[in-house]
Amino acid sequence: MPGSTTLATRRNSRRYAADAGLLFVAAAFVLPLAWVLLSSVDPKADLKVKVPDGVTLDNFDAVLKPDITFTPLLNSLILCGGATLLTVVCAALAAYPLSRFRSRLNRPFLLTIIFATSLPITAIMVPVYALFVQVDLIDTMQGTIFFFAASQLPFAIWLMKNFMDGVPKELEEAAWTDGASSFQSLLRIVLPLMGPGVAVVTVFSFVMMWGNFFVPFMLLLTPDQMPASVSINDFFGNRGTVVYGQLAAFSIIYSTPVVLLYVLVARRLGGGFALGGAVKG
Amino acid sequence: MTSAPPAGPGVVKTAPGPAAPLPPPAGRRDVRRALTRALPVSPAVVLLLLFLAGPIAYCAYIAFTDLQLTGQAESSFIGFDNFKAAFKDDAFLNAVWLTLVFTVLSSLIGQNTLGLTLAVLMQRASKPVRTVTGGIVIAAWVLPEVVAGFLLYAFFRREGTLNAVLDWLHLPSQNWLFTLPILAVSFANVWRGTAFSMLVYSAALNEIPKEITEAAEVDGAGGWRRMWHITLPMIRRSIGTNLMLNTLQTLSVFGLIWVMTRGGPGNRSQTLPLFMYEQAFQKSMIGYGTAVALLLLVVGSLFSLVYMRLLRTEV
Repeated sequence: MPGSTTLATRRNSRRYAADAGLLFVAAAFVLPLAWVLLSSVDPKADLKVKVPDGVTLDNFDAVLKPDITFTPLLNSLILCGGATLLTVVCAALAAYPLSRFRSRLNRPFLLTIIFATSLPITAIMVPVYALFVQVDLIDTMQGTIFFFAASQLPFAIWLMKNFMDGVPKELEEAAWTDGASSFQSLLRIVLPLMGPGVAVVTVFSFVMMWGNFFVPFMLLLTPDQMPASVSINDFFGNRGTVVYGQLAAFSIIYSTPVVLLYVLVARRLGGGFALGGAVKG
Repeated sequence: MTSAPPAGPGVVKTAPGPAAPLPPPAGRRDVRRALTRALPVSPAVVLLLLFLAGPIAYCAYIAFTDLQLTGQAESSFIGFDNFKAAFKDDAFLNAVWLTLVFTVLSSLIGQNTLGLTLAVLMQRASKPVRTVTGGIVIAAWVLPEVVAGFLLYAFFRREGTLNAVLDWLHLPSQNWLFTLPILAVSFANVWRGTAFSMLVYSAALNEIPKEITEAAEVDGAGGWRRMWHITLPMIRRSIGTNLMLNTLQTLSVFGLIWVMTRGGPGNRSQTLPLFMYEQAFQKSMIGYGTAVALLLLVVGSLFSLVYMRLLRTEV
């Protein structure tokens, strides 16, 4: 059939055009990424992307020290780990009755949650600072953890509820007839069945907080408490001339955990990571 | 603060209907069941009230005071003076204008259009190209905000990559962060945020039944016409939600701009969040800074309400 051949050739040429377009965008997007990768092993790194004369691990050696890397990363871990744990536990508990029991309060509660999900949290950082000074939570890890968890909770509850809705109720009803309480069925039946969903909420919350700069920047003051997102600023501030190679090496060390977590979850769930509940448009 | 106000006795009213597992029993058991059902919500509600609703209410209060950071014994209520002052303040109006430019350029035009274009191209492209491009664009999105800021700082600096590329192409180079700072940070936001739109639109396009586009193709409708008359109308809800989320995200960008330019040179890339920070902390006027924060919050709330209307069938 001549008709189908022209259709096929047209499709082929369209594919080449699409490939070319995508590769052009990819080339533009990759340049800043290439800079950080190449500079981290370049003994004479500057601000340009260039192939290094020789490959060295000196930059990594220079930053892998307690005060530069390990303390900030540990702080990040305590801060984000604590807040993520709090977020996931609270969100799972809150999502359960919302998903399982009918109540006329569900709808208003969920609408409030969606509303809060999209509020610009940046805007309230100044009043949060003022409030934290008044109640003596400023410059404390626990205060920052609580605020982090609260800011992430609306979205976490919303996501968690959507994942929970996917677990059929019949499985639980059997357990109820056997005398299990709601809490037992949540713990033993619902959460294990929605394992991937819990993983998404956990990873998403963790990644959001790990990368967040403004919240710890405002709420923590003591240098030893600073997480990596804030301490990375020191490379520009008080160390005199910026050693770009070391900055690049530190950027890689600091980014690796979130990139790995993303890959882990994204592969398990296809491309729908983080979009599962939020933007089913 | 009492725990769990929204989950009070009102929960007792189990809606009658086929989905209710049991007919509602009467009396004390009923109240007890309502409480056990409300109990799990309470930790979340307490956290949200104390650390989110509380600061927002406090924000609405101190925006009307002359609270200052240093040396104030007490602050007093000054009504709308902060807001009146803001609208007479050239630096504030400059920040409003720059926020508008930043949002329109980077979110409405940049992230949205580029994300849609990438998603459409990906439908037609070969698999390896799709994977590589997707991976690179998503990597830019996953990186922490401050790292993204540094990478683009290096990219746009006078000695940076962009000028090296322009030199190589024999095009004029310039000091981007000095001559066009708002454009540079807008591009940075596109670099960082496009992946989200790309994923939203890819998901939406995958849900369009193949038969529809194929039928139109056989009928001889060209690429643009299919896009305009079939694809775009079918994904219009995704476009709406994506625009809302991108805009809200962009309104609250702080770290990216802070790292790249600190709002400068002068105040030529100072969007509202950076202006708010400067007033509250560098100039110690917490009341004034919070008034700006409240305005930002109100604008954000309006967008958020529109977003909720777009989602209304889902709840």
